[in-house]
Amino acid sequence: MTTITMDNADTHSGITNAKLGVWLFLASEVMLFATLFTTYIVLRMGATSWPWGWDALNVPLATLNTAILISSSVTIVMAYAKAYDKNVGGFRFWMLMTLLLSFGFLVVKAFEYGHEFALGIGPSTSVFYAVYFTMTGLHGIHIIGGIIVNSALLYMSYCQEDWEHPLFLGRVEGAGLYWHFVDIVWIFLFPALYLL
Amino acid sequence: MSHDSHGHGGHHELSFARKYVFSVDHKVIGLQYMITSMIFLLFGFGLMLLMRWQLAFPGQAIPFIGRLFPADLAPNGVMSGEFYNTLGAMHGTIMVFLGVVPLAVGAYGNYIMPLQIGAPDMAFPRLNMMSYWVFLPGGLLMLGSFLMPGGAAQSGWTSYPPLSIINPGQTVWILAMVLLITSSLLGAINFIVTTINLRAPGMTLDRLPVFCWAQFVTAILLLLAFPPLEAAAILQLMDRVAHTSFYMPKDLIILGTHYAGSGGGQPLLWQHLFWFLAHPEVYVLVLPPMGIVSEIIANNTRKPLHGYKTMVVSMLFLGVMSFLVWAHHMFLSGMSPALGNFFLVTTMIISVPSVAILTCLIFSLKGASIRYNVPMLFALAFLPLFGIGGLTGLPLGLTVTDIYLHDTYYVIGHFHFVVVTGSIIALLGGTYYWFPKWFGRRMNDKLGLIHFWGSVICMCGIFLPMFPMGLAGASRRLYDPTAQMHNMGVQGLNVVSTYFAYGLALFQLPYIWNFFHSMFRGEKSVENPWQATTLEWACPSPPPHGNFEKTPRVYRGPYEYSVPGRKTDYWPQSDPA
Repeated sequence: MTTITMDNADTHSGITNAKLGVWLFLASEVMLFATLFTTYIVLRMGATSWPWGWDALNVPLATLNTAILISSSVTIVMAYAKAYDKNVGGFRFWMLMTLLLSFGFLVVKAFEYGHEFALGIGPSTSVFYAVYFTMTGLHGIHIIGGIIVNSALLYMSYCQEDWEHPLFLGRVEGAGLYWHFVDIVWIFLFPALYLL
Repeated sequence: MSHDSHGHGGHHELSFARKYVFSVDHKVIGLQYMITSMIFLLFGFGLMLLMRWQLAFPGQAIPFIGRLFPADLAPNGVMSGEFYNTLGAMHGTIMVFLGVVPLAVGAYGNYIMPLQIGAPDMAFPRLNMMSYWVFLPGGLLMLGSFLMPGGAAQSGWTSYPPLSIINPGQTVWILAMVLLITSSLLGAINFIVTTINLRAPGMTLDRLPVFCWAQFVTAILLLLAFPPLEAAAILQLMDRVAHTSFYMPKDLIILGTHYAGSGGGQPLLWQHLFWFLAHPEVYVLVLPPMGIVSEIIANNTRKPLHGYKTMVVSMLFLGVMSFLVWAHHMFLSGMSPALGNFFLVTTMIISVPSVAILTCLIFSLKGASIRYNVPMLFALAFLPLFGIGGLTGLPLGLTVTDIYLHDTYYVIGHFHFVVVTGSIIALLGGTYYWFPKWFGRRMNDKLGLIHFWGSVICMCGIFLPMFPMGLAGASRRLYDPTAQMHNMGVQGLNVVSTYFAYGLALFQLPYIWNFFHSMFRGEKSVENPWQATTLEWACPSPPPHGNFEKTPRVYRGPYEYSVPGRKTDYWPQSDPA
């Protein structure tokens, strides 16, 4: 009570607003995908027949995609580490690698979709394919969202002012958290749709 | 961390558009939400007035405006069944998603909460602006669906499949909902971060006003309950646009033809996903008004709230439990008795914290020298009327009685008592209470009294007749109540209800005039007209950009009224002495 200071340690969590915001956003995303997985479980439990992922879908391509996404999670951590060390060249290299890998994921996915469409298979074919296309499609939209954010960060690193901005590292961290989340969703999607 | 967002305060004159239209100031955004959602509320109320005509006088042309509707909606001014269904669906949707929630959270939360915690603005001001500018197109799209080919949605605000998959108008409804949900999610993140990180020094959690606690719990509910509806809406969109069969069972026959989709989906799945959102949504509708009532009661009883901690813990408990009761909306849809019993028990449990909060508020009145001003009248009316709404809900939570009552007017009476004489009464009272804060002027008391008594009496007149109607077995979904013989005995009550509805519309006129007239011509108010303790009254009215001249410091709890030994009967939170 002696001095009025700006110190409000008792009323501040110590986590930056942006980071807290990203975590809360991810919490809502967890609820979104959890709902879709619940839908998958409920529909599968109630179905009279359900195809085996190995027969219906292309497991080798999906395995390749899993490897690509896991690698991209590693590269984005490397990008964060380089940004932490103020190594702009290293940051750009690893961010570019992350972007290339994410584009690679989309290309492989496009081949998969293309092959299915060529066979006349679409979301309306059966409930299994409805689940498959909706969940992987929504995941794909999340990948595209990540690509937009990561490209923006890469672009910003070419601007001195943005690169040296005190919040830049936090932005990279937020993007990294999101990217890991997108990765984890796929880690669940892959066995649920392709392997089980 | 310091409040470095002070940096954007008051250095330069902003253009009109940046100041009033694309503003990042939480106060301007709050007022934008307020005006918009009140217009939506009025529109949704208007839809209900049309429906009430049909219910009281089925088959008679709607007076005055009936002929203005296109012939396919109302041939010769007489409402068609499809039009009635559209009105029903859109009334529910607009009132809940475009009216009460944006008013309670977007307007009151946005404006008052940062002030009460002593923050210069929300944690993410630009995100806050974006919430509004996603909400508004969502709302306009929802209203615009009336003018689109196929018309607006007509499958109820609950949009149960298979009807919602087949009926026209639903696709636009879903797209508008996705915008509204996105807006709510952005807002919820903002509210939670603000409450956690931006409280002024000394504003520890046990000194947080009840209103802020209510907004905090509400934001958590919005954050976790809306994404499931978003997912469910995406699946419904897929069913409609990509012809999947998430909600469509196999071999469905519609109007004599075989449904073309693959089938294999489950209509009940939608109901579960929808109510998983929509039950927490009930608490989104109710918690902020409870917070408003708590503020007004503490201020006008001139004594601390009875059981502040009980109220806060009850709100947190309500928040958790609200995720575990959803299927009590579905007892009639069919479920295993064991599951029904589970939801029966959780429903009975969730009534305990609600009763605890209401009891605390009633005990707060004990021994107080109450100031009977207009906001206090609204707060006092909230207590018994919300009580009726809550208690009439208990028979609906018990499987045995619910099976009889569920599809009758009893349910309509119950939840309108909760939302109208509960939430809306509190929200209206809140305008009288915080109006001096928003505009530096007071609303007229005489007009306020007319508005109060007229509204309360008319609201009761509308909804009380619905209980006997429901007990008599009147179905709540019928377009023409006279189509069933057993309804004829209570048809007179429908007429009573309708006249009171028109009365309610009439009694809103003094309010609307009072609101806009007082905004410019009202009696000038002092900085703290109610002699309140909370921080929103410790800055100028209306507060400048950045709110507080210097960051306030908080020394005590929110409701230090009539502290013995002090000259004044209130002790503001930021008063060091």
